[in-house]
Amino acid sequence: MTTLNANAAMAEAEAHNREFLVFSLGEEEYAVDILKVQEIRGYENVTRIANAPDFIKGVTNLRGVIVPIVDLRIKFHLDSVEYGGQTVVIVVNVADRIVGIVVDGVSDVMTLTPEQIKPAPEFGVTLSSDFLSGLGSLDDRMLVLVDIDKLLTSQEMALVEKVAD
Amino acid sequence: MDITDFFDTFFEEASELLADMERLLLELDVEAPDPEHLNAIFRAAHSIKGGAGTFGFDVLQKTTHLFENLLDHTRKGELTLRRDIVDTFLETKDMLNDQLDAYRNGDEPDQEAFERICAILEQLALEEIGLGQHAGDDTQHDTATTRESNWESAPGLSGCLVVALLGVSEENRVLLVEELGQLGEVKDQAGDSARYEVVLETTASAEDIEAVMCFIIDPEQVAVQLLATPDEPGAPSGAPAAKQPATTVATATPPAPETPKTPSRTKSASKGSAESTSIRVSVDKVDQIINLVGELIITQSMLDQTVSELEGVGTGSLLNGMSLLQRNARDLQEAVMSIRMIPMDFVFSRFPRVVRETSAKLGKEIELVTEGESTELDKSLTERIIDPLTHLVRNSLDHGIEPPEERDAAGKPRTGRLILSARHQGGNIIIEVIDDGAGLDRDKLLAKARENGLPVSDNMADDEVWQLIFAPGFSTAKEVTDVSGRGVGMDVVRRNIQGMGGHVQIMSRRGEGTTIRIVLPLTLAILDGMLIKVGQEVFILPLSTVLESLQPAREDCYAMAGDDVVLKVRDEYLPVVAVHEALDVQGARTELTETIAVIVQGEGRRYALLVDDLVGQQQVVVKNLETNYRKVPGISAATILGDGSVALILDIAGLHRLDRSKREARRPSRLPTNDEQLFSVQGDSQ
Repeated sequence: MTTLNANAAMAEAEAHNREFLVFSLGEEEYAVDILKVQEIRGYENVTRIANAPDFIKGVTNLRGVIVPIVDLRIKFHLDSVEYGGQTVVIVVNVADRIVGIVVDGVSDVMTLTPEQIKPAPEFGVTLSSDFLSGLGSLDDRMLVLVDIDKLLTSQEMALVEKVAD
Repeated sequence: MDITDFFDTFFEEASELLADMERLLLELDVEAPDPEHLNAIFRAAHSIKGGAGTFGFDVLQKTTHLFENLLDHTRKGELTLRRDIVDTFLETKDMLNDQLDAYRNGDEPDQEAFERICAILEQLALEEIGLGQHAGDDTQHDTATTRESNWESAPGLSGCLVVALLGVSEENRVLLVEELGQLGEVKDQAGDSARYEVVLETTASAEDIEAVMCFIIDPEQVAVQLLATPDEPGAPSGAPAAKQPATTVATATPPAPETPKTPSRTKSASKGSAESTSIRVSVDKVDQIINLVGELIITQSMLDQTVSELEGVGTGSLLNGMSLLQRNARDLQEAVMSIRMIPMDFVFSRFPRVVRETSAKLGKEIELVTEGESTELDKSLTERIIDPLTHLVRNSLDHGIEPPEERDAAGKPRTGRLILSARHQGGNIIIEVIDDGAGLDRDKLLAKARENGLPVSDNMADDEVWQLIFAPGFSTAKEVTDVSGRGVGMDVVRRNIQGMGGHVQIMSRRGEGTTIRIVLPLTLAILDGMLIKVGQEVFILPLSTVLESLQPAREDCYAMAGDDVVLKVRDEYLPVVAVHEALDVQGARTELTETIAVIVQGEGRRYALLVDDLVGQQQVVVKNLETNYRKVPGISAATILGDGSVALILDIAGLHRLDRSKREARRPSRLPTNDEQLFSVQGDSQ
């Protein structure tokens, strides 16, 4: 929760609340810490990289910076992977790197209180609970809170040469 | 504002001062040292001491203090220089460098090393000058030149100085006055931001104060004058001492116009002139500008494309404007690129020391000649060339140039000659290490290669034989010396240079010497590229690797064991690598005769690269893939094309390796070699 230090304007009562950017992969709702998000843009002009895992779509030009694009739908083995007008790329900033992640859509920004964040059960085969910072419960919705740092720097993402920690 | 904010400035300035000091020490003629040089060395040590004191780097301050005393005696002619003394000085300089590095990294310097160097310096002072005389000299000197070398043990020689701060901001001023307060007693202070005068009663000299201040503000911004110093101006100690301040004044920069009174000793000349014409900018900022200019050029070419499709009235002036913009953008790019270029002198200047030490160790007499020091090279490359070049120089000194007796016997001058030269050729820089030693021994190299199990034959071309020295673990030195001979290194040298996009050539003649030539691109930031198309994908080949391109004819293709195919080009059989295979490109032409074979050369290997089409040539801005992603086999970097899309730059040597490992990986799945499948290159692609 120290990530919110920067936001001094936050009232103290809300100091422990965290904001998440909610996005959808197929029917499922996921969320990432909003402070990791740099921008959101459309999916376009991706140059394929040979001999890379299939979920790495390639690289794109983000105002002069070469940024890899990862399709989480492929990574999470979703049934339908389509690229349309709604397909967006969330550009995140992790471990001093800029990475774009392809998702089906971005819905909203949610504030979660610590009580609303439940620990993730040990269940994932595709998505190990190591890569989750918890599950967010919001009325009847469940948000999968992705620890984007851990996920993108993990060995299996093959995004970085050496895995941090 | 915290004083630690100035640490970086101090570290940077101190490193530069140390570099200057080393250069000057090496240039010193032991027989007849140039007093100007001695003064400059002294001043460098003195400035570092001042800064170290201010920032509380005790070890650094104490070491420089001892060093400074010795230098002071040297410049006054009380210590006669010898080669070994200069060596000690150089060693001290290295030690200072180490200490500086330690402080920079937030560590404490090595205490043992510190004590050792202090002992050496004290011993030297004792032996050469004598302790009693030493102390006496100090006092005499202090009176004469108003500088007190150790203000902590001030023997009561206080004077009043007026320190004028010119155009210093309020916050800095407060800090500076505080700083001055530590050097003595602030008697009075008044003025405005344009000129603020502080009267200081202190035992520190004007030079000390300037040195301290200069780490915080520009030297032009501070002027120190003597106010009333009853025991100062007489300079009673006679001629030699009186001469000293005179030279200092002579070399000082002209007094600042704002100080009309007595000539102020603003700043020693060593840096004054250089600073007025250059500024210190971090490389990051320069890189940022280079990136932005790259963007500008891409945007400009995008606009250009749009404009060229326009038709109708009024486009004439638009077209004119566009061509003007294009020219300006190119000029801007060139100008910005030149910021990163620094002269080779930066590299060469460290070799006198290397040669001096290595030749002394080896008992050889060697003269070093450098040519083309002003040749400019990209900063990132100059830094990376130092290690390989040092290795090559050491190698030449050790293996190349013979001992004096052998040279005598061969009828050569006793003193060997090593030439370091640099020059531009096209878009490349050529750096040569030339020695007039014994040259490479062809037979010995071949014998050694056989011993190491390398595939060699007696009728190999000389060039190929010379390249053998770059093989890993290869050394023909009879014994391993301190300097070289372990056989590691030459392969590392070659790898480093190839990593910089360059290559190494060797020319050697028995008995006459060896020339090792390094060919490097001038910059890594821009590359002349050839755009090629495979399927729907565009790639870029570094133009420097392209030899020629041709359309292969069926009768020139020959099959070899497995699924290998070689292409015969003018009596030479070249291996074939298809881009679409190595990089899994969909929809590429697979029929060999429909493709275009680009003959490329990389890491000394030549092969034919099969592509669909040649699109054109273009200068591209190289973008690192590893910043946000990772290294990709077969790809060296990326760039952004005119339409804003990313194109990958092919790594010629890497592509060959990739192709080979892919074939090897495929092999087990294949049935034992089947003659029908020999021409299967085209059938393989997915």
